[in-house]
Amino acid sequence: MWWRSPSFILDRQQQNDTASRNPESISLSSPPPSMADTLQNPNPNTSTSAYYQTRAVVTSDWLAQAQAAVGRHPDDDLPVNDERTKSAAGDAGKPFSVIDEFNSWRKQPDLAEAVAAIRALAAVIRASQATTMMELEIELKKASDSLKSWDTTSISLTAGCDLFIRYVTRTSALEYEDFNSAKSRLIERAEKFGEISCKARRIIAMLSQDFIFDGCTILVHGFSRVVLEVLKTAAQNKKLFRVFCTEGRPDGTGLRLSTELAKLDVPVKLLIDSAVAYSMDEVDMVFVGADGVVESGGIINMMGTYQVALVAHTMNKPVYVAAESYKFARLYPLDQKDMAPALRPIDFGVPIPSKVEVETSNLDYTPPQYLTLLFTDLGVLTPSVVSDELIQLYL
Amino acid sequence: MEPRRTSRTVSDPKVRQVGFFTSQHHHHHHHHLPERSFSEPPLPDPFHTSTSTSSAPVTDVSPSGNLLSPVMILPSRHHSDNLHRLSHRATSPTASFSYFARAVVVRENDDSLLSPGRRGIAVKSPSSVVAASSFPKEKAGGASVEVQNDRPAKSKPLKQKTSKAERRATQEAQRAAKAAAKAFFNLLLKLAVDLYSLAEGSKTSAAVPGPVNSANTKTAKSPKSPSQKNDAVSVAAAEKKAGDRQLEKDRKKDVPHPRMQYDDQSRVEKAKRRAVVKQTEARNRVELFRHLPQYEHGTQLPDLESKFFQLDPMHPAVYKVGLQYLSGDICGGNARCIAMLQAFQETIRSYSTPPEKSLVRDLTAKISSYVSFLNECRPLSISMGNAIRFLKSTIAKLPLSMSESEAKATLQADIDRFINEKIILADNVIVKHAVTKIRDGDVLLTYGASSAVEMVLLHAHELGKQFRVVVVDSRPKLEGQLLLRRLVGRGLGCTYTHINAVSYIMHEVTRVFLGASSILSNGTVYSRVGTACVAMAAHAFGVPVLVCCEAYKFHERVQLDSICFNELGDPDAISKVHGREEINYLDGSTNSENLQLLNLTYDATPSDYVSIVITDYGMVPPTSVPVIVREYRKEHLWI
Repeated sequence: MWWRSPSFILDRQQQNDTASRNPESISLSSPPPSMADTLQNPNPNTSTSAYYQTRAVVTSDWLAQAQAAVGRHPDDDLPVNDERTKSAAGDAGKPFSVIDEFNSWRKQPDLAEAVAAIRALAAVIRASQATTMMELEIELKKASDSLKSWDTTSISLTAGCDLFIRYVTRTSALEYEDFNSAKSRLIERAEKFGEISCKARRIIAMLSQDFIFDGCTILVHGFSRVVLEVLKTAAQNKKLFRVFCTEGRPDGTGLRLSTELAKLDVPVKLLIDSAVAYSMDEVDMVFVGADGVVESGGIINMMGTYQVALVAHTMNKPVYVAAESYKFARLYPLDQKDMAPALRPIDFGVPIPSKVEVETSNLDYTPPQYLTLLFTDLGVLTPSVVSDELIQLYL
Repeated sequence: MEPRRTSRTVSDPKVRQVGFFTSQHHHHHHHHLPERSFSEPPLPDPFHTSTSTSSAPVTDVSPSGNLLSPVMILPSRHHSDNLHRLSHRATSPTASFSYFARAVVVRENDDSLLSPGRRGIAVKSPSSVVAASSFPKEKAGGASVEVQNDRPAKSKPLKQKTSKAERRATQEAQRAAKAAAKAFFNLLLKLAVDLYSLAEGSKTSAAVPGPVNSANTKTAKSPKSPSQKNDAVSVAAAEKKAGDRQLEKDRKKDVPHPRMQYDDQSRVEKAKRRAVVKQTEARNRVELFRHLPQYEHGTQLPDLESKFFQLDPMHPAVYKVGLQYLSGDICGGNARCIAMLQAFQETIRSYSTPPEKSLVRDLTAKISSYVSFLNECRPLSISMGNAIRFLKSTIAKLPLSMSESEAKATLQADIDRFINEKIILADNVIVKHAVTKIRDGDVLLTYGASSAVEMVLLHAHELGKQFRVVVVDSRPKLEGQLLLRRLVGRGLGCTYTHINAVSYIMHEVTRVFLGASSILSNGTVYSRVGTACVAMAAHAFGVPVLVCCEAYKFHERVQLDSICFNELGDPDAISKVHGREEINYLDGSTNSENLQLLNLTYDATPSDYVSIVITDYGMVPPTSVPVIVREYRKEHLWI
């Protein structure tokens, strides 16, 4: 089927180019030295719930594959350790603040907000002076609340904090231990959660490779680091594909993605947002990221995702969502207006008369029936499994 | 022969699980005891043992293991019987024709009694399916002569299983009978009768069908080989199954009981005989729904009332609730469930274990009899089924060491806890969740009268949300009016309309709130008839449909339509409008053969039309119902 794709001829030409590029990509795929220690100790904590135990095992498994395949990634752990020592040193001087910690983590360009929050919360446990479990829990709750209030519109931030607290404090086994060992266990678990969250993107990129076939055309809406990672990995795996990027008004996210992809020598075409339906017949699949994955299995994402999904669904094109599992939120919007509005000023380039109302929402909700699959670090899921995972975690 | 017997005893529990069997034997035993003790004096001991142990569904290895194969059911006998029987026959050798004829009738009766039980087995254990499927054919003969003819043929293969001597005797008898038929059919008839009956009498108990057999030897012979084959099949299957029997048994506990099919004449007859509530079945039932019970309305109530003081096994509390179900005084899933549980609580309070019985078993049996009584009054809802399952598992899990008073107190507390946690608190949680979905300026549509939805609306109103309610109602129950009165009484702005206008009113609606009788594993919402219509209209208009349903109403069954399982209401209710004589056009024609009235009570809404299920575990998509059923089960085990 792929050879009928209009992009195939184009990709054939590309093939010759990539052949010359091959040597360097081979050198890139050698595993970094630090891989070994991340692979050790896949499941040190035997008292975690069965749910996360299995997840953790699978995750480290995938991690190995992902790292072997991707290989070339700058090791996240090194800066992590730097930060850690830095923040530990900072602790001595001034009182600990989650927000500061969060901000210091956020400076890393590749680190998602939610992961930064998770790291910051882990630091809260570490720095805590609490002497009882209850105290620690309250402290943690307070910290997560202040993090959440930092950006109330960010779903992944809220969801990440909730999941962290849920994951870290969930289990009755903690009650039977003395406080110090319980606390060290919490820290251990928090580290693990942070680690899983960090690696999530690579796992997703790994999982999605089976779905990108040679000669395919991928439509991408918005700038998503996960989607970029997916496409990057595909390019590294010498897959031949081209990408259509929507412009992504008002903040030009598509422009950003297209420049990133151009750097990777992936053929890119920019579309204005309203040209989605026009070019959909050339498209083989739609890839989008997500701000949040809600309980229905639908996603909340940048404005325009819903209409892209609708058009794709009407034209029977698969819509794939790449999202880390810490974006799973216990929300259930029934329609577009059933969400806390995230507003963003829009620059139209010309003055708008005050009588004209402007729709400034930044997010829309795509119902699950328009999504084909979700690529998450828990695996490739159908939308209905999201609720399954959430129920198991929160019940 | 020997290995077969052992294997049969091994698979015994399978048979014992089928509910019909035990009572079957009871019935049989009590009613026909006189005849049998005369006609077949050395009554095969399996019957005795099974009657004595019938109340206990335990897996004791008893001779009644022979009952596994349907073909073997009737005269299961032992070597030791032979001598005994023979001697007895000798004492009454003049088996007169008239006596036999009478006996045959009795046997026929027995058989019709037994057959449902057998069919029950066929449903339950795949191993005996083949055998059972051949069985109805024999039975289908219907006319007494045919049945009588079949009888010896059917019992013959059984006899062959007993011993070589017997088999030889049978073969001789058959040969004799065949020869007789070949020669002077009519002339030798009498002789053959004597010959056969003699041979028969010399070896078996059933002997009964002897005389009629010769009337048509051909028919007598033909069914033999299939039944033998079936036997072999079932035995082989039994041997194979012996290993994972325990596993199978556990699994079977989870499998829902095969539902009573009311188009199955013999089973209905049987059930009727046991029934406390005497109901007259409606005459012109709709063809598609014949498998559901339908009764002439109003025939049961006076009968039941008159029986109030005669029925000592039924506890008055249960009786009262049953009557309330019957008369419609208690309706609505939660109300019915709570009423039932409270009645059970009452019975447990006044319960005392009879001497030489264990509380666990006796109380379970008692509850079962109450449940079947309530089921006769009105078919149980799925939520009630779940509650009963909970109660029974709680009883079963009582430690044996517990004293009676302790056990009773525990059970009562458990029931209280169930009502509190699964119904009342669950409703509170549902309300809390659902209220977040109501915004100012909403127009909420609801259909029928769901207690959960009512609580949601009232609570949202208390919170000061500004919204309007559209109450959609339908004939004949007009339950919506009750809801409407309560809502208006609390100061909510309401619109009232009938379901006929739902497509008209839908365009101004922003949310549809529905209740449910049950939600099934595939997300199908099983609810008051008309719900599907409302949900589909809402879907067509792009209005989200919210279903409020407590998790205890979820069921692991899957249903694709409203036909397989439903409840039929009083057909008169739709043919007549009370107080409107001028539009009761059907007066006088309701008994017409050509008129079939269908008053369905429930319907099934496919999950595609449901946006969200609000339950005590939060707001979930309908696809997640099986997940909750799974988790709920786990919790169920913990209780």
